[in-house]
Amino acid sequence: MMARAAIALPTDLRAGEKSVAARPVERSTLLEMTGISRRFPGVLALDGVDFELRHGEVHALFGENGAGKSTLINIIAGTFPPDAGEMRYRGEPVTDLTPHRARLIGISPVFQEFSLVPDLTVEQNLFLGHEKVAFGLLDRKAMRQAAREIIIRLGFDLQPERKVRDLSRAHQQMVEIAKALLTDVHLLILDEPTASLTDAEAGRLFDLMGRLKANGVGIIYVSHRMAEIRRLADRITVLRDGRKVATVGTADVTDTALIEMMTGRTAGALFPAIRRPSGSETLFGVEQLTLADGSVKNASVTVRAGEVVGIAGLVGCGKSELIRAAFGLEKIVGGIVRCRGRELHGLTPKAALAAGICYFPSDRVAEGLALSRAVRENISMAALDNAAFARGPVLRLAGERFQAQRIADKLRLRPPRIEQRVLNLSGGNRQKVVLARAMTRDLDVFLFDEPTVGIDVGAKVEVYELIKELAERGAAVIVVSSELPEVMNLSHRLYVMHRARVVAELQGAEISEQRVLAHFFADSRHG
Amino acid sequence: MASLPLHKRARNALLFGEAGVLPGLFLLLIVLLVLTQPRFLAGTNIVNVLRNASFLIIAASGQMLVLIVGGFDLSIGAAIALTSVVSASVMAGLPGAGVHGAFVISGLGVLAGLGCGLAVGLANAVSVAVLRVPPFMATLGTMSVANGIGLLLTNGIPVYGMPDSYVAVVGRAIVFGLPIALYAAVIVVVALWGVLNLTRVGRYIYASGGNIQAAAVSGIGTRLMLVTAYVLSSLLGSLTGLLLTAEIGSGQATTGESLMLESLAAAVLGGVSLRGGVGRVELVALGAIFLLTLTNAMDLMRVDTRLQMIVLGCVLAFAVSTEVLGRRRQAVRV
Repeated sequence: MMARAAIALPTDLRAGEKSVAARPVERSTLLEMTGISRRFPGVLALDGVDFELRHGEVHALFGENGAGKSTLINIIAGTFPPDAGEMRYRGEPVTDLTPHRARLIGISPVFQEFSLVPDLTVEQNLFLGHEKVAFGLLDRKAMRQAAREIIIRLGFDLQPERKVRDLSRAHQQMVEIAKALLTDVHLLILDEPTASLTDAEAGRLFDLMGRLKANGVGIIYVSHRMAEIRRLADRITVLRDGRKVATVGTADVTDTALIEMMTGRTAGALFPAIRRPSGSETLFGVEQLTLADGSVKNASVTVRAGEVVGIAGLVGCGKSELIRAAFGLEKIVGGIVRCRGRELHGLTPKAALAAGICYFPSDRVAEGLALSRAVRENISMAALDNAAFARGPVLRLAGERFQAQRIADKLRLRPPRIEQRVLNLSGGNRQKVVLARAMTRDLDVFLFDEPTVGIDVGAKVEVYELIKELAERGAAVIVVSSELPEVMNLSHRLYVMHRARVVAELQGAEISEQRVLAHFFADSRHG
Repeated sequence: MASLPLHKRARNALLFGEAGVLPGLFLLLIVLLVLTQPRFLAGTNIVNVLRNASFLIIAASGQMLVLIVGGFDLSIGAAIALTSVVSASVMAGLPGAGVHGAFVISGLGVLAGLGCGLAVGLANAVSVAVLRVPPFMATLGTMSVANGIGLLLTNGIPVYGMPDSYVAVVGRAIVFGLPIALYAAVIVVVALWGVLNLTRVGRYIYASGGNIQAAAVSGIGTRLMLVTAYVLSSLLGSLTGLLLTAEIGSGQATTGESLMLESLAAAVLGGVSLRGGVGRVELVALGAIFLLTLTNAMDLMRVDTRLQMIVLGCVLAFAVSTEVLGRRRQAVRV
């Protein structure tokens, strides 16, 4: 346990904490926003939204991508002003907020996009913009000291002298959070903070949030993860298309009701029931697979036609590397990849596609899409050696346009214009463009790597529907995911990986959270 | 993002589309010239502008290919110079080695020149695609080497002695009132347009520049695309060098000195993104014609050469800033 008084707070708030402790029921308002509107070229991002945050409250913002969550937190953080509406902070009206002034009055945002300079050290990043100075020179000693203190308080495993470039995404996220908490914080904004943290790290963050709450800090929490919102939030504000749908107490609302509020339509079950495969033909598999970097060792996985197979495991257990290797993206040093009984050697993405294997990367921006190119070109990218798209070296542009539009309509791309650049699309719609490749050519093995990371529930449902459709058409599907409910509910069969090895294979009724988790931590001594 | 109102979309297309401000600027310049400089419309003047633009169009098309795959070709000027020196030297030296016949001599000279382009292009391609040297440094290196070889071969003295018929035909012939170089430029633009827009290789080049990882995951041989772009760039530089050498009538180690910077300028004016993935050859050609027309306009108005450099710099900075501004508007986070 860490000392409770560890988080520095201004004295007036500490006094406030005492009075709150005396009268715990009614907490005073920290931030009040009324009638906030904001227009961007061509879109009304926020339309008369009211929002209230109290001292010592965790208030979740819930909504699909493009609902206005980012715009709202950016206004609170001072990134840009609202076009209309009033904002009162600790009782005082606030105007002309800038990111700098927001920090001065105790508003600290942690955004999804990191505000870190890769070539500076952790410590230099923490103090960027408010360096400690002694006699006109940088006071390195004091900063080193303060950096160590905050890191110890947060319980993060960070070294102040390391360069941010060399850190994992999870560690960069920790730096970002530490940076936000370095100054006196009254209002903390967390935008999808757990997206890249392991469960243990996320747990530490949640403990910290609890302590901040007890000290009267108001926290705005943006997340797509229902379980987290349930666990952390006192109240939830649901946004849709730039309007506020409702603010509800977390205890007073069901998951289904939340999803309905968010999507504006009745949600069936989140996960579709996928028909069991009738045949028993093994379509695809890897045997005793071992990779050059040691991330996968002696792993065997098979999929039958019409079957959805899940691979669960902690971050870094090798599950992503396994399917990447099966697509020719990682170096294989031992074992066999087999498709329709044929052994594939010297696998490259090109050869894998030709054999009917398709891989959907988890990082859509880095590995999936050419953002500066049109939707049409991105959809057809992996299929230009196909007769529907090209005759020899010459493209069939009319055929391509027809196919791309057909697929875009089928996946309900919004907006449905295939000539626009992918850059202009939201996360969910970008994912649809990547998935569209599944329909451009004859493929029967689909490898999904974290298919729903960072997309909203509405788009998730559509991804699940696509997986169902592919499987029921007779394709073999492997889903790798860190979201346990996702792999548990979609899979007919579930493999669990731990430290580079497949440690369990569960079928049908055997698939339960307890069993899977037991294998996650089977021989682990930390975590 | 929701669909924009029609008038805004039209304005965006006019101002901030892939073409940027170029068509508007070009139109403005032409109108100004026609109204104030009667000599501009004279046949000889127009032919002159187009002739000079031809060399730039060909070189800038090559530069564009490399920019599309996310690189830079600083060595294109050096490829031009080396081609000039080597092709002229070969043509001048062959009669002494017992080879006769203007056609044979010219042919061998041209091949030697193109060979230089191929060598420079391959050196760039291997450095960038295989050794993974940053394009800036790789092409800076080959630029220095190629320039050095050119100077070493000639000691900086022009090489004369090319067959007269070669100079007369390739350099100075006028067909239907237009110079040979212009036909070459048109062929290059049309061929490149076809390759980029109608063939798989073209699409793969755009995809490799747009996101090299995504292209690789899509089964595209990205390395080969980089090699193709760099080799074609240097070969187009070589072609420019051959045409310039024929026009001047001698091989010089300083031929095409200014074309490296001008080719970058024309490409960027034509809306080619410095971050790769975006670029249209027809707009690059327009960019080249615009640059030469602007120079011509200032010549006609008797603007001091030094002042001309300042004006060109300002125009380039303006064009690039509008392009960047347009991007930023598009990328507003919602």
